[in-house]
Amino acid sequence: MLITQLKSKETIESLAKGKTFIINCHGCKEVYFAEHEADTLQKELCEAKEVAQIVTTDYICNPDNLALQLKKHKDTIEACDTILVFSCGVGIQTVADMFTDKHVYSCCDTYPLPGFQGVTPLNVDCGQCGECYLNFTGGICPITACSKSLVNGQCGGAKNGMCEVDKDMECGWERIYRKLEKLDKLDTLKYEPKVRNYWNPNEEIEDKQ
Amino acid sequence: MRITELFDKGEFVVTAEVGPPKGVEIDHLIKDAHEYLKTRVHALNVTDNQSSVMRTGSLATCKVLKDEGLLPIFQITCRDRNRIALQSDVLSAALLGIENLLLLTGDYTTLGDHPQAKPVFDLDSVSLTHAVKRLEEGFDLAGNEVDGTPPKFAKGAVVSPCSDSVDVQLAKMEAKVKAGTEYFQTQGVYEPEKFFSFMEKAKQFGVPVQLGVIIPKNVGMCRYMNANVAGVHVPDDMIEELKKDKERTKSGDVGVELCAKIIKECKDHCDGVHIMSLGWENRIPEILDLAGVAPVK
Repeated sequence: MLITQLKSKETIESLAKGKTFIINCHGCKEVYFAEHEADTLQKELCEAKEVAQIVTTDYICNPDNLALQLKKHKDTIEACDTILVFSCGVGIQTVADMFTDKHVYSCCDTYPLPGFQGVTPLNVDCGQCGECYLNFTGGICPITACSKSLVNGQCGGAKNGMCEVDKDMECGWERIYRKLEKLDKLDTLKYEPKVRNYWNPNEEIEDKQ
Repeated sequence: MRITELFDKGEFVVTAEVGPPKGVEIDHLIKDAHEYLKTRVHALNVTDNQSSVMRTGSLATCKVLKDEGLLPIFQITCRDRNRIALQSDVLSAALLGIENLLLLTGDYTTLGDHPQAKPVFDLDSVSLTHAVKRLEEGFDLAGNEVDGTPPKFAKGAVVSPCSDSVDVQLAKMEAKVKAGTEYFQTQGVYEPEKFFSFMEKAKQFGVPVQLGVIIPKNVGMCRYMNANVAGVHVPDDMIEELKKDKERTKSGDVGVELCAKIIKECKDHCDGVHIMSLGWENRIPEILDLAGVAPVK
C-alpha cells in the first residue's frame, strides 16, 4: 500500500507556470490519496493560476490506459506549458514519459506502507522515498533509475551511456540530463546539495490517520 | 599542509596514488614511497578500498605515511559508510593531522571482491563535500554544533574529462564546486585533445585541476580499460605502439614514454598532475623526468 501526500501549497503554486493541465489519479484502491485536500487546493489554483483543465482518472501508471483517458484532451494538453500530476511516483513518470516536451511536475510525495503495492508497469518504478525528486529531474526518478540512487548528479561510472552496475541499463542521470536539455531546463540541476531523509516517515503518517 | 596552499602559490602540483595492501604488511609501500616518491610528488593519495576490494583502511595508512614525513591525501568514498561514520572519519582525520581529502561517491559494491555487501551511498560526492564544509563551519549535517575549533581541509574531488558524456560530468563538476570542492583530480587521460577542450569549459569554475594519468602497462590492460573502465579510452594508435613494446623488450618502457608524453602535452593546460601507477611507483621518477616535471624538493 502507498500513501501519497500533497506537497506544500507554496511548492505546488510555484510549479503551476504558464497554462497548466492537472491530472488526478484515483486508481488503486490500495493507494491513499488526499482527495479532499487536493480538491480544495486545485480550486484555489484555478483562481490564482491559469488552469486549462482538471482531469480525474484512474490507473495512469498504465501507458495505454493513460493515452486512452487523455485522448479527448489532446488539443488542450498541446496548448499547455505545464502538467501537474497528483498521483504516486509511477503515475507521474508515466505522464512525463508520454509528454516529453512538457514540464511535468509532481504534486505529491509517495510513502510506502507494508503490504500490497498496487499494479506497477515494468518500465518505471517509484522508490516511495517520501520526498519526490521528479520535479528536479525531468520526471525521471533518480532513486529508481540510478543504481546508486544518487540525488546530486551522475557518478563517474557510466560508460557509453550505460550504468557501471548493470551494463544493460541506461545511466539514469544521463537520461535525466538529456531530458532536461531537451526541455531547455538544465538550470533545474543547479540546486543546493541534496541530502536524503531516511527517517522513516510512516510513524508520523500513521499517527495522523 | 593543505595542498590548496600549493595551488595558491602557483605550484604545478604533483601527486601519486598508493593503495593499502590487503593485510597489514605495509613496509613495502613505505619503502617505495621513500625511494621513488618523496622527492618527486607533493602528496600521496591513499585509496579507500579501491575498486570495492577490501583492504587496510585509507585513514590508518594516511597516518602511517604522515609519520614517515610524507603528505597524505585521505580518499573517502560513500560506498561503505553512512553519514554518521563519514563525518566521524572526517573528524578523526583532523584529529590525526590529515588535512587533505579527496571525496568520491565510490564504485558499486558488486564490482569488487565482496559483491554480497550492502551498498550504502547514504551520501554522495556532492553531499559529502557539503558535509565536510559544514564541519568546517562548526556544524554537523544534522545542524548540531561541533565542539572547539572546527577543522580545515583541502577538499578535492574527481571528474572525467574524456567521458563520453562530458557535458553531464561538467554539470556534476559545477555541483561539486558549489558544494565546496577546492581542487580536482581527473580520471586517467589518454586523449590530450579531449582534455584541452574539457579544460576550456572547466576553467569557468576557477578551481585548480590536476591531469590524471594511468601508466599504460601493456596492451591487455588498455583493452580491459576500454571495455570496462568508465571515462577512460586508450586510442588504437597508442595500443599499436604498446604492441611493439611487447615484441621488443617487454620492459614497459613504451608505456612509460607514452605516459610522459601525455603529461608533457597537457601540463601547460592544467595545474598539476596526478599519477595512478597501479604498482609501478618505481617508474614515476622516470616519467616525470621525461615529461620535464622537476623534483618537488
